[in-house]
Amino acid sequence: MNAHVEKVRARGARMRQRWQNMPRQVRWIAIIALLVFLYLLPNRWFYINLWYFRTMESDMATVLFETSFFVLLAVGLNVVVGFAGLLDLGYFGFFAVGAYTVALLTSPESRFDIGWPWLLAVPAAVAVTMLSGVILGTPTLRLRGDYLAIVTLGFAEMIRLYAARNEGIANGQRGIPEIPHPVPDLKGSDGQSVFGVVDARPYYWLTLTIIIFVILGVRNLTRSRVGRAWVAIREDEDAAQIMGVPTFKYKLWAFAIGAAVGGLSGALFAGKQSFINSDSFQLTNSILVLAAVILGGAGNVYGAVIGAFITWYLPEWVRGIGGALGLEINVAEYRILIFGAVLIIMMIFRPQGILPSRRRAAEFADRRQEAAPTEASA
Amino acid sequence: MLLEIENLTLLYGRIQALHGISLHVNEGEVVALIGANGAGKTTTMRAISGLRPVASGKIIFDGHDVTKVRADLRVIRGIGQAPEGRGVFPGMTVQENLEMGAYSRRDRAGIAQDLAMVFDLFPRLRERQRQAGGTLSGGEQQMLAVGRAMMTRPKLLLLDEPSMGLAPMLIQQIFEIITRINEQGTTVLLVEQNAQQALSRAHRGYVLETGSIVKEGSGQELLHDPAVKEAYLGVA
Repeated sequence: MNAHVEKVRARGARMRQRWQNMPRQVRWIAIIALLVFLYLLPNRWFYINLWYFRTMESDMATVLFETSFFVLLAVGLNVVVGFAGLLDLGYFGFFAVGAYTVALLTSPESRFDIGWPWLLAVPAAVAVTMLSGVILGTPTLRLRGDYLAIVTLGFAEMIRLYAARNEGIANGQRGIPEIPHPVPDLKGSDGQSVFGVVDARPYYWLTLTIIIFVILGVRNLTRSRVGRAWVAIREDEDAAQIMGVPTFKYKLWAFAIGAAVGGLSGALFAGKQSFINSDSFQLTNSILVLAAVILGGAGNVYGAVIGAFITWYLPEWVRGIGGALGLEINVAEYRILIFGAVLIIMMIFRPQGILPSRRRAAEFADRRQEAAPTEASA
Repeated sequence: MLLEIENLTLLYGRIQALHGISLHVNEGEVVALIGANGAGKTTTMRAISGLRPVASGKIIFDGHDVTKVRADLRVIRGIGQAPEGRGVFPGMTVQENLEMGAYSRRDRAGIAQDLAMVFDLFPRLRERQRQAGGTLSGGEQQMLAVGRAMMTRPKLLLLDEPSMGLAPMLIQQIFEIITRINEQGTTVLLVEQNAQQALSRAHRGYVLETGSIVKEGSGQELLHDPAVKEAYLGVA
């Protein structure tokens, strides 16, 4: 099986090489074509022609919006888990902090009743989540591995339970309604707000645009000193420290950046739904984002994007496939089961994920070697 | 005196790993710390590099008390370490591993110079420049660990079991290189189970037993000490 892994890895390296060897113009055209495709995707006249790709039983634009904000979450979590190698099981806690911050600052139903516009509340939400990341990270990032996972898990549950029980601020189970949509003054040709209730497309476009900017930012970070410090910490924290890397500082940075992106997706979610309560922040969501990152290939932004796309879009797509194929059984009911099976199979045959970073792949190969050491080394 | 350790104690939970050890390393020396498994050799090294907090005692390096200084700041002060089990970054190439050694340095010219020096010491690493650290053989990883520590341009180089898991010929080679590094002006403190090699190349040595130093002397003295011979050199 090891030989097989080697082969797959070599193929991945070849594909990467082929892509990099293409002329610059060709690569740009490919990227622009992909972006155009992604921006056109939620239009009915466009996706109606994509027979097997579109969702059958749910609104394509809505599914795409959900997928896109899920992708944004995965990109954020990837900074924490993929780059710095910190196992964060409570990522949705930050998502919740972001969503509640927006809700409390904007909704007329909130205790504070200050009625900020959504656009103004977003940077506030990002700042608050970043701060919450630092507050959570400062004592806990001294822990390693499993301990950190447990603490973050506890954090997410604390936030959710607090939101569910607290009547004074979070309104308990009733939640916070009437959160304004983004930029209500922006009117379409029909005189209605672009960001309304029915049409999910503008939200998708907004999120897609944000994702592009976040990816650009994250890519620049990974190529900087910060990125190299993260890789070193992930691969061997002790060794990183005796190379002079201030490990705690950079772990905290990863945590804070990840939290900020999580808060940003929370803000988007609140702006779209215009109602939130604690049910939106179930623990399974945290696990699902983590699964997406691992599935796609931790440590690679594009891996995280693909993983998140598959994790969210595929089950929605499967929902409609039964009817389209004229099957008697309702495939939709089995979609989580199918997803689980896919995950397990992946972890057995391709633990580094669909599209891992070059380094990650080598790390996995190294770990395999450690698990099954060859005779004496020379 | 480049390094002075006074009465150092260290705890793992409730277990005391070091019972007040004192030792010193003079500038320009090679000092060997020998002892059996579990004697506390690696623990001592981790205390010096700052990876383990100490319970009491003092670590004085280059005239400053660094007992409470963070590990990454001790690197800047001049303590470089090749850790036990090599600690090579498996996903980084040989070149990237070496560049990590220079992480806290800004002097580009000096870094380039040291990189050339490391490749000169270990021609094998130059050949493997673009290969991932995790795919190297044990001996090559050891070379990389030593080379990477040299990239921090240390005043004091800590080597933890540089001969571990290596073929006899490579052990000989790595010790020769350690001697060369020392002759070029780097002070070396090394921990070894291979007492024969370590003591014959060291100016001075210490024998560590269950967390305490039981003997010290010049390398030759210890090499010919009957008790050391029996316990660590495998001859009666």
